[in-house]
Amino acid sequence: MVSKRLSRWALAVPVALMIAGLAGCGSSQPAGTSASDASSAAGGGAKEVTVFAAASLTGTFTELGKTFEAAHPGTTVRFNFGSSATLAQQIIQGAPADVFAAASPAIMKTVTDAGLAGSPTTFVRNKLQIAVPADNPGKVEELKDLADPKVKVALCAEQVPCGAAAIKALGAAGLKVTPVTLEQDVKATLTKVELGEVDAALVYKTDVIASAGKAKGIDFPEADQAINDYPIAPLTRAPAGDLARQFVDLVLSQQGKDVLAKSGFEAP
Amino acid sequence: MVTPQRTDPPDGAARRSASARQRSGRLPWMLVVPALLGLAFLVLPLAGLLIRAPWSTLPQRLAQPHVLEALRLSLVCATIATALCLLLGVPLAWLLARVDFPGRRVVRALVTVPLVLPPVVGGVALLLVLGRRGLLGQWLESTFGITLPFTTAGVVVAEAFVAMPFLVISVEGALRGADQRFEEAAATLGASRWVVFRRVTLPLIMPGVVAGAVLCWARALGEFGATITFAGNFPGTTRTMPLAVYLALETDPEAAIVLSLVLLAVSVIILASLRDRWVNSP
Repeated sequence: MVSKRLSRWALAVPVALMIAGLAGCGSSQPAGTSASDASSAAGGGAKEVTVFAAASLTGTFTELGKTFEAAHPGTTVRFNFGSSATLAQQIIQGAPADVFAAASPAIMKTVTDAGLAGSPTTFVRNKLQIAVPADNPGKVEELKDLADPKVKVALCAEQVPCGAAAIKALGAAGLKVTPVTLEQDVKATLTKVELGEVDAALVYKTDVIASAGKAKGIDFPEADQAINDYPIAPLTRAPAGDLARQFVDLVLSQQGKDVLAKSGFEAP
Repeated sequence: MVTPQRTDPPDGAARRSASARQRSGRLPWMLVVPALLGLAFLVLPLAGLLIRAPWSTLPQRLAQPHVLEALRLSLVCATIATALCLLLGVPLAWLLARVDFPGRRVVRALVTVPLVLPPVVGGVALLLVLGRRGLLGQWLESTFGITLPFTTAGVVVAEAFVAMPFLVISVEGALRGADQRFEEAAATLGASRWVVFRRVTLPLIMPGVVAGAVLCWARALGEFGATITFAGNFPGTTRTMPLAVYLALETDPEAAIVLSLVLLAVSVIILASLRDRWVNSP
């Protein structure tokens, strides 16, 4: 019967569109938990540990995740990398996470204040560097070159950890720098350097190393006064509490320290 | 949020549909249930924002100069971007609907690419073409001394790139739905193709153009990813409202909700008044 077939379509089309819409939106979100996060957490007994970590830890934690999976057969480690503040918001709003590693103690504090994390441990520290494009078109050699109005500078926005550190370092040097842009996270700031859109940026040493030659890093003395501590903590409402503690132990172990040091992180 | 609406049916049709409803007895629940689900899905998140909004501190939060600055920048850029889209998009839609050229289907698909491209990727693509080292950007800088990234013009470019497909698609739809006999009649009476377009086609498809422009404007107003990637983020120059919202979320989620509400209120007011004036008028 025609009308019956029509009514079945009437239901199928919006449902299909909704699924397509969800899939489409998910890919363009800057940082969000995907729909599968919620459904897998509902499963409960699965051997799975979910780690929320700052974007600057992407490379090192992915490697440590593989190590963890090899040591615990049948366990999968799932990561959600993003801006620390966004991740903290997601955790406070009830996202099913087991471990949180942030790029700033202040942001970790918002989670511990909400009673959602145990006592955090500082596991690495990260230092700022001046990043310049590989061919250094702005002839930047030291921090005070950034104050030159002819030099295009990108900084992180003050709301994100790398931006707060940049302000501290520039303040310590007594420099007034007018950037052309204040980026939303450290990766975006570095992208501007890699593409040659700016002559210099202040980013973490680890990010310069991760850029594999597309950007060059220049050390400067004031960086010592704006060092960023990275705290890590298992979460109190962790669906996989034991695995969460074991993952934190791996990060704090010698093996974890070696992986992190290789990427340019400093020991606390 | 906004869909181009057909004009209200004349009274006769309304009466007919009412009597038809009485005959069939009840609403087709197979349609009503998903319709209500769809409505809830779209409206509930908005309700969430309204419930969580810090109403008590709202006035002093809104009066902050940086909020007004971001709002002004957003409105100005979205409007200029829409004008740019009209200037380029209406002729493009006409080309796709009225001129049969080889590869038209491919071109039509290409026009919709910015719709499906993740906005951040769109921003990077714009940088690769119009950036300091981009294909065209290098030449723009060396010849005219124009650099687009990190300028307000860059915001307009990013917004237009993302929003133009909305305009092209709806204008092209209107053109295909328009009765071509009027155009043919004008042409047989000796009007040139340009005169036909200006005096016959354009007035005929005006509701479609306005609906498309409204959609395009709304999309430009909410544009975030391509803007922050291509134009960067600096207060007063390129920090539009969506960028301000994103950064406020990092430190003060309540402020972010307030900013979102401002953006929503402004767009709803403008869109509603535009549609009543244009799209639904006979």
